Amino acid sequence: MSDTTLKPSRASMSAGKRNWLVTAALFAAAVVGSLVVGEGSLVYEIFVSPFLFVVEAPDLFVQVIWEGLVAGTLYALLGLGFVLIFKASGVFNFAQGIMVVFGALSLVGFYAAGIPAILSLLLSIAMMYVLAWTVERVVLRPLVNQDPLILFMATIGLTYFLIGFGEFIFGGEPKTMITEEIGLPSGSYSFDFMGGFVSLQKLDIAAAVIAAILVGCLAVFFNKTKVGRALRAVADDHQAALSVGITLRQIWVIVWFAAGIVALTTGIMWGARSDVSFALQIVALKALPVIILGGLTSIPGAIIGGLIIGISEKLAEFYWGPLVGGSIESWVPYFIALGFLWFRPQGLFGEKIIDRI
Amino acid sequence: MNTAIAEIQPGKPILAMDHISLSFGGVKAIRDVSFDIRKGEIRAIIGPNGAGKTSLLNVINGFYHPQEGIINYKGAKRNDMKPYVAASQGIARTFQNVALFAGMSTLDNIMSGRMLKMKVALPWHIIRFGPAEREEIEHREFVEQIIDFLEIQAIRRTPVGRLPYGLQKRVELGRALAMEPELLLLDEPMAGMNLEEKEDMSRFVLDVNDQFGTTIALIEHDMGVVMDISDRVIVLDYGQKIADGTPDEVKNNQNVIDAYLGVAH
Repeated sequence: MSDTTLKPSRASMSAGKRNWLVTAALFAAAVVGSLVVGEGSLVYEIFVSPFLFVVEAPDLFVQVIWEGLVAGTLYALLGLGFVLIFKASGVFNFAQGIMVVFGALSLVGFYAAGIPAILSLLLSIAMMYVLAWTVERVVLRPLVNQDPLILFMATIGLTYFLIGFGEFIFGGEPKTMITEEIGLPSGSYSFDFMGGFVSLQKLDIAAAVIAAILVGCLAVFFNKTKVGRALRAVADDHQAALSVGITLRQIWVIVWFAAGIVALTTGIMWGARSDVSFALQIVALKALPVIILGGLTSIPGAIIGGLIIGISEKLAEFYWGPLVGGSIESWVPYFIALGFLWFRPQGLFGEKIIDRI
Repeated sequence: MNTAIAEIQPGKPILAMDHISLSFGGVKAIRDVSFDIRKGEIRAIIGPNGAGKTSLLNVINGFYHPQEGIINYKGAKRNDMKPYVAASQGIARTFQNVALFAGMSTLDNIMSGRMLKMKVALPWHIIRFGPAEREEIEHREFVEQIIDFLEIQAIRRTPVGRLPYGLQKRVELGRALAMEPELLLLDEPMAGMNLEEKEDMSRFVLDVNDQFGTTIALIEHDMGVVMDISDRVIVLDYGQKIADGTPDEVKNNQNVIDAYLGVAH
């Protein structure tokens, strides 16, 4: 019984409240302490000066929030890929990151081979279908009904296979995404804002819009169609799904394909902002804190989680990073995720797991 | 509801199991069992715990593949069924430990039983447009009839994980009925129910059989219920068939009495 959503018991609720109270008390104590100690002290630098800076330069604050939203959109898409596959097949897909790279590399690769951009895009989508089909045939089907850990190991194996295979076909050097060729805008909008100015990359706006459309389509697909109903059915109970004539194999192919499309989109957007290289695969691990935050089984959770992680890591980097010499955005997300595990182990929107005994 | 595909005449066997044996490693779950189920009847399978009743249902709907024997379903002989084939050829079932899609609403659970009846191609469904939309509405109407039939209007939108056990069993029956089955397999439909719930469920089973002409095979432990509603009864013990006949014949069979009450060897 994975989903007996009962009300949390009184005991656990008061424990949660106590945690919040302790945290709030500590925070209040720190702020008061810093005001007492005064300017220049470490406590002051942490708890007071960043907020003063926000008030002094609101344009910078807005800019940082925007950067965070943009990064968050990409994290959300990454998390979404994980959630889709986990929901339908109970597999934690370690290979989602390399699927992002693989999708982007195929697109660039097809274009480099002289195929028109739009056709390359379609071919890359077809490529993701072939990948989904192959994964189902070669990895999932022989391992059906095995322990989730074994399937997880299999996806790690898949990751390294795809890294090797990708380097073999496309070569290991970073490539440039064919941004303009597939119709993505470049340049930026700038506007004055409270005494300063804020600049928004058109590419980032396009990324946010495309992500929103993609997420909207997936939400409708999952909640309103017979295939979506079948996907949720398989996620809930394999045997029962089989008994009403749902074929697991077909469902798995569809869900890996959907995750593949999400991966391809992520790859294009990310590739457009930097290079298309295998290093992206590591960045994809940022999806871990995202889904810890949002809950492993929740699509809205992945999106909100992604945005929270994106914004908070950029804010942390900009306002608090200089205190410790910068580059804190690589670990801040994990730190936030750890804090979340303390209060809500099931994530923001995850299903609270209560077993009937 | 139009269930009748007049291939098998009422009274003629819709399913015949011929010398079926099933083992898991060294454990023999079913030993050389033969029986038939006639179109339009209510066939009960009874026996002590561990007698192989559920295994037998699992063989019929294709979850288990017997090592020996032949299954003759609607005239087609095979060694085993596949769950998808069984479902698409009109075999529906419920489970001993309710197997619903716990996170989904009552409506969605029953709609999932319409899966094989919905023919519009995938791309339409992705955008839920035109034919797909019409198809959803058409099947939704059918599902509403089932909801009315089972008197579960009030819990249409409730996630089934939150429902009490008796209602979950009813929703599960609804999902099986949505498949418009010719052969309905019920694994302990009344287990864990109180008297009133049992009476309701018995009424539904009889009504399904009566109104839609659905053939029903059911496993049940409550002898009163079995004797009341079934046309013929098979008794299993240690994987073997020890009796087969009308409720009265079975009731007076010495093997059956021994199996249930124990006998000095």
